[in-house]
Amino acid sequence: MTESTLSSRDIALSEESTNTTNKLAFWNFFIAFAAFALALPMGAYQVLERSGMVPAIENAAVYYASTSTHGVLMAYVLSTFFIMGFGYHTAVHSLKQKLWSPTFAWAGFWIAAIGVVLAAIPLLTGHASVLYTFYPPEIAHPSFYIGAALLVVGSWFWCIDMVVSTVTWKRANPGKPVPLVMYGTVLNAMLWLWTSIGVASEVLFQLIPVSMGWADSLDPGLSRVLFSETLHAIVYFWLFPCYLVMYAILPKEAGGKLFSDEIARVAFVMLFIFSVPIGMHHLYMDPIVAAGWKLLHMFGTFMVAVPTLITGFTIIATLEIAGRLRGGKGLFGWLKTLDYQNPVVLASVFSLLMLTVGGWGGVINASYSLNALVHNTQWVPGHFHLIYGGTTIIMYFAAAYWLWPKITGHQLFSNKLVITQLWLWFVGMWITTIPWHYLGIIGQPRRVDTLQAYQQSEELVRSWDFSMLIMNFGALTLLVSGLLFVYILFMTSRQPMVSDSERVVSYSEAIHPPLQVPHLLNSLSFWNWAMLIYLVASYGYPVLQFWFIGTPESPAWGY
Amino acid sequence: MAIHIDPLEKKWIIMSAAMVLLAWLIILYFAAVKDVHPPSNVEVIDSARLHLDSGIGGGEFAEDKLGVRQDPDGTIVVTIVAARYGFYPQHVEVPVDTPVKFRMASFDVLHGVLIPFSNMNTMIVPGYIAEVTSSFTQLGDFPVICQEYCGLAHAYMYGMIKIVPKDEFKLIARAN
Repeated sequence: MTESTLSSRDIALSEESTNTTNKLAFWNFFIAFAAFALALPMGAYQVLERSGMVPAIENAAVYYASTSTHGVLMAYVLSTFFIMGFGYHTAVHSLKQKLWSPTFAWAGFWIAAIGVVLAAIPLLTGHASVLYTFYPPEIAHPSFYIGAALLVVGSWFWCIDMVVSTVTWKRANPGKPVPLVMYGTVLNAMLWLWTSIGVASEVLFQLIPVSMGWADSLDPGLSRVLFSETLHAIVYFWLFPCYLVMYAILPKEAGGKLFSDEIARVAFVMLFIFSVPIGMHHLYMDPIVAAGWKLLHMFGTFMVAVPTLITGFTIIATLEIAGRLRGGKGLFGWLKTLDYQNPVVLASVFSLLMLTVGGWGGVINASYSLNALVHNTQWVPGHFHLIYGGTTIIMYFAAAYWLWPKITGHQLFSNKLVITQLWLWFVGMWITTIPWHYLGIIGQPRRVDTLQAYQQSEELVRSWDFSMLIMNFGALTLLVSGLLFVYILFMTSRQPMVSDSERVVSYSEAIHPPLQVPHLLNSLSFWNWAMLIYLVASYGYPVLQFWFIGTPESPAWGY
Repeated sequence: MAIHIDPLEKKWIIMSAAMVLLAWLIILYFAAVKDVHPPSNVEVIDSARLHLDSGIGGGEFAEDKLGVRQDPDGTIVVTIVAARYGFYPQHVEVPVDTPVKFRMASFDVLHGVLIPFSNMNTMIVPGYIAEVTSSFTQLGDFPVICQEYCGLAHAYMYGMIKIVPKDEFKLIARAN
């Protein structure tokens, strides 16, 4: 057992290969974090504008342009580019082979980057204030949709690179398990290929033709069903790398080993298969799909909680091992001995805490019968900011801190500031999202720039006041923390170089590293076939129905 | 080939599965026994011709048909058009503790309706009729809020619903 792990570790990557990957990873991260830096102050502005405390900045056109841009940059640009950069780095260093085709990877990068620019121009100038969920029949400038399509197409290049890299490795290493971190990465790439079909179809066949004037009308019902196919699994596409950091990087950083490798693979496969064909829980309140289909999707939606619960268990058990190795005693003593000065450890603990609460909120959203109480209220942004902005992004920060010295060669700037930044993000996320969850329960709708009209229901608006005040402090804390993150990365580039040994990338080992795993836990094709069948069963009729129910289509509207 | 599972891990997986099963059963119970379902009728309408008697939808949403009516079988039906930026009619009055069926259609873009503290929550998608049945238990005036972004003045799309005691509820007579 030891022998085989050693021998696979001994294979050294060529310097050229490492440099190519570092450059590719760096520029992908660069776009990701530049988008973050641009979108972050917009979020803070939106909170302040909406709170109504500074009447001078109230402006609906600016608010909705800002909201649309914030959503697109944070949810699509930051996530996609981060995932691509992290994936290229992971593929090369975990498989210990050169990237299948750097040229192909750069092509994907440029296509996606041009897409971002094409989408950003109409967004920033108020010509695409249709929010990041598109919302036809309101139609934006065509450049917005073309840009979004290019971003997705560029990301497909990444997916193909991940799949080909893995298949090449499997051919060269018959019968061996794909390294855990790469198995998760390639499943995430396939997940994205499957789940982006929905939004790509909507953009290509409905939004671009109507916005260009090639078609007169579209069926918003079809748009919504197609978008729902993307809308849920995209969240797992964002979350997957966060889990991978916990499984593959955290155990070593914490000073221990991963509790279980094989069950992690089971969790990855479940995340893949159950996160895509369940998107209709986003349409519970929609009069376009019959109740039976919604109920069917409810079953799968709850299934996807299982791999998350497994991950929670495995990671906490892993932290316990590390804590005990560091001298922690008793039932909870190991919690005290964990190294909270290590950014990966601290971020993982914060991430799990936010996941616990955010996941509980998600169960409410997923509930077929309870969703009506929270749908499109401020509860929903509370939920997804906690899960994406909190759970996921804090792990992106941690990954960046871990990777920056390795890919740039510079020492990380001030560990003390890094720890402060993570604390501020964690605290700020609670101060922002707890009031939002509560506002939703007490009836405040989401996506409104002002609450003026509701003053007619005086008592109701009064009941929102306190939470509306508190959220400003949260947004301000997040703004400071986010800017600090960008500052730290910038200052790192001016730090002295680290030694070569500090640039070596190695992943955590499991307590029992498997020499072999069952075929299904190493397979790609089996799960693709399973996905195809499940997807056709759950989305086939709900999509096809639009060709025979005879909806009178909607013309394009402005906003 | 078997995989290695720690006994504690096995217990946790069983517990996770049990939690999911419990959630399924609770939801199924409320769906099957208490008849709690999200608004899900699939019924099309020509949103561009709501005012006409002919065509798909048959004039159900023509201007003179909007508001509260009682069907021959006694059901109270509220017909509402959602259009930028208001609900038509803007004010409705319905009796307390009585099932009220809302039928709603959009005149233009995507809208939604939310009455806080009730299960009255649905999307109104152009081309489709949204239908929700709700029973209000509290007397008083409540806001009817558009919960979906429908344009720059979306936050001003607002109506009111008045819940009155059953004996005070009088139906304003309408033609047909």
